[in-house]
Amino acid sequence: MALLEVQNLCVSFDTADGAVSALNGVSFSLDAGETVAIVGESGSGKSQTAFAIMGLLARNGRASGEVRFDGTSLLGLSDAALNTVRANQIAMIFQDPMTSLNPYMRVSDQMAEVLQLHKGMSRRAARAECIRMLDAVRIPDAKNRITMFPHEFSGGMRQRVMIAMALLCQPRLLIADEPTTALDVTVQAQIMDLLSDIRRDFGTALILITHDLGIVAGACARTLVMYGGQIMESGPTGALFDAPSHPYTAGLLDAVPRLDRDDDALRSIAGEPPDMLRLPRGCPFSPRCALARDICADQRPALDPFDTARHRACHAPREEVS
Amino acid sequence: MTSFILRRLAVAIPTILALIVISFILMYSAPGTPFTTERALPPEVMANLEAKYGLDQPFLVQLWRYVSGVVFAFDFGPSFLYKDRSVADIIRQGFPVTLTYGFWSFVVAAVVGITLGVLAAIYHNSWLDYLAVGVTVGAQVLPNFVMAPILVLVFTLWLGWLPGGGWQGGAWPYLVMPVIALSTSYMASIARLTRSSMLETLNANFIRTARAKGLPMRRVVIRHALKPALLPVISYLGPTFVGMITGSVVIDIYFSTGGIGMFLVNAAFNRDYSIIMGITILTGVLTILFNLAVDVIYAWIDPKIRL
Amino acid sequence: MALILNRTAAQGLASAPIKGRSLWADARRRFLRNRAAVASLVVLIAVGLFALLGHLAAAWSNEEIDWSMLGNVAELGAPSLYNGHYFGVDELGRDLFARTVQGTQVSLMVGIVGALVAVVVGTLYGATAGYLGGRVDSVMMRIVDVLIAVPYMFVLIVLLVMFGRSFLMLFIGIGLISWLDMARIVRGQTLSIKNKEFVEAAIATGVRTHTIILRHIVPNLLGVVIVYATLLVPNMIIFESFVSFLGLGVQEPATSWGALINDGAGQMQYGTLWQLGFPLFFFVITLFSFFFVGDGLRDALDPKDR
Repeated sequence: MALLEVQNLCVSFDTADGAVSALNGVSFSLDAGETVAIVGESGSGKSQTAFAIMGLLARNGRASGEVRFDGTSLLGLSDAALNTVRANQIAMIFQDPMTSLNPYMRVSDQMAEVLQLHKGMSRRAARAECIRMLDAVRIPDAKNRITMFPHEFSGGMRQRVMIAMALLCQPRLLIADEPTTALDVTVQAQIMDLLSDIRRDFGTALILITHDLGIVAGACARTLVMYGGQIMESGPTGALFDAPSHPYTAGLLDAVPRLDRDDDALRSIAGEPPDMLRLPRGCPFSPRCALARDICADQRPALDPFDTARHRACHAPREEVS
Repeated sequence: MTSFILRRLAVAIPTILALIVISFILMYSAPGTPFTTERALPPEVMANLEAKYGLDQPFLVQLWRYVSGVVFAFDFGPSFLYKDRSVADIIRQGFPVTLTYGFWSFVVAAVVGITLGVLAAIYHNSWLDYLAVGVTVGAQVLPNFVMAPILVLVFTLWLGWLPGGGWQGGAWPYLVMPVIALSTSYMASIARLTRSSMLETLNANFIRTARAKGLPMRRVVIRHALKPALLPVISYLGPTFVGMITGSVVIDIYFSTGGIGMFLVNAAFNRDYSIIMGITILTGVLTILFNLAVDVIYAWIDPKIRL
Repeated sequence: MALILNRTAAQGLASAPIKGRSLWADARRRFLRNRAAVASLVVLIAVGLFALLGHLAAAWSNEEIDWSMLGNVAELGAPSLYNGHYFGVDELGRDLFARTVQGTQVSLMVGIVGALVAVVVGTLYGATAGYLGGRVDSVMMRIVDVLIAVPYMFVLIVLLVMFGRSFLMLFIGIGLISWLDMARIVRGQTLSIKNKEFVEAAIATGVRTHTIILRHIVPNLLGVVIVYATLLVPNMIIFESFVSFLGLGVQEPATSWGALINDGAGQMQYGTLWQLGFPLFFFVITLFSFFFVGDGLRDALDPKDR
């Protein structure tokens, strides 16, 4: 049985301008220990997918569909029941380590409270365990630095603290929401290395949310491409990168700057990201798609399987997508 | 931390001295003396009086006498209005009264205001929130001089529940209306400030982190949100305190409570500058010390300014 | 946030050709959507018209004593359309409608003058301190700190006693106080603006300091200043009313809301509640409206709060 099963997940927000749907029927599943990347532009709904799974949507957000973790449905769960899953079973790392740690609390208190809450540990025992975990994420001199405040750490160090904090209860699933976006390039690589080491050592399943295709290739076995709150295509990372089956994926890959091409112009996908208030009835990508045909504007393509373990949601024949 | 407090004190003390000197200069340059308001005195009597109070001395001598008197002996000179009493006596009589109802008003404003603001933010967009916003918006336009007559009208004239004035050593029936009148508008401001700052804090990323850790909402609010949300409120406590003291002018007149406000207004109408200046200086010093305490609390809460 | 950005971007695209929407137009649209703020603005305009044109509707002047009422105010002095005392008369038989019109003029004027002083002095002082920075800044702000610690209500009382009660003294006293908070707020804002690229560009092209402050810094402070000034007006009105309540404000026969409320409060035990009610009503609705308009402006000019 899959560790996490998401079926037809929809999320909408009530705003002054009406209901904005951020997710429109997202389905995927994840086995224990598996790694999946979710890629897409900002606003494509990747972060909202994670928040919906964790029950952390903004106040005006509503989720429908089905999210099953280890057989338990998470969406209808009370806050109290959900709190036993959070951090304990599913932990999350956020995009901005600068603001995601509480600036008014010592790192030791912020970390220890997780263990005190979920494992019923004493303060002292929890603290010792926290130091061990900070060592594990390679924070030098953890024993002394644990009593510091977050602003006394560098950005990369703070993200290490976040990772250590997320791993304290040895969760079975780790969701990393753009864990390297706010960091320097050199630090990015260190954090990605750390994540894959940790994953290997602890056997944690990982959902990596990112818009940076560069870090996906090495880190995740499978990739989901999202656009306009829907999955455009999914499949094994290697196959998907080698032969994209969806015009949007092809455009994304084409936009990655490469040294082996002789033109030095930066390529981009024409048009603007979709207006989530007024999505087209059919494929959300159709207004920007070079291969769009009449049917695309009216009818949403289904996410159909092809080859081995690959899926695509596109009306255009696969041969037309280069 | 100690050095932080010491450095703050090093700034506060010259400020207090400057306040005393400025007060004296104002008093010195005021047109006329307290005696000019009475019927014209023969010049020799006038000279006698001025000599008695040292008003014939050169400016610097008078300044030094006044400042050293205030600083070393808590002596603000004699009162001209209350013939045989010193300003210090009057302050000793009036200040405890003002501080009593001022203290309770301060406590009511802070406790009710913060509680209301926090609850409104937690139950954002619920009936509780709307109620709190309605009450506080209404209360904001009810300063003490508006509240006082309304309270007397309702509780004394219509319902007959509470005495319309008096002090009786601070017995509670005499305390209720002054405290409500004085605290209402500040309670409203504190509640509004707390609500908006708590709402902003609850939207912060680190609150999402705390929730992702599986902490129950109550604990998220108390452990993670309360401190940062109260920072702006703490800096508002200084002005609140000043408002409590200056508000005593209205309270003492309206409820005949006999605090410093009463003496101040009487002195003002009778040009008794030494009382006015004594009270002004004391209030200013208390304000400066209070702001110092607020700064220390602020530094204690916010780790970024710990030095 | 990302969602909102995308949405506005897409809306811009939809209404092609893309028109640059100015910040002010955007703010106006947001303000007009805030019903409480718009209603409050209407109320303020109505109160303003009442102050300006009210005397045209008054049947009596504010000084005239209606001798037929005197001594019998409690029975005869109630509001009446029949005898021209729309709001009734006060304990001396003077027409309360005319007095309320006059009091409204004084209170609004005090509020607006106080706010104007704050805007001019506070903005220039704060912008200068924030822009120059360093030693000048710390000395200038130290002065503000000292002045803020002075119990102003008392100082104003002293001033009014020493130099006599007059409009000028009242305005001076209120002007002395009002700019302090504004100076602090403006300085904080200036500090963040002065590091922006367009200021650096101006410095690099050799624009003189005072020109930079007036041309580049001040216009960018406008939003904060407007919001704060709107919230300052009611505070100045409260301040003046407080002084008038003590009998130290404007002199008879001139009056203000605070003085009228004080008169009314002193008379309420005799049952002439209209004397308290009408001034209080104008006082409360005006303050209410200023606070709502201020909040509305803040929400409109500072979209990050949404």
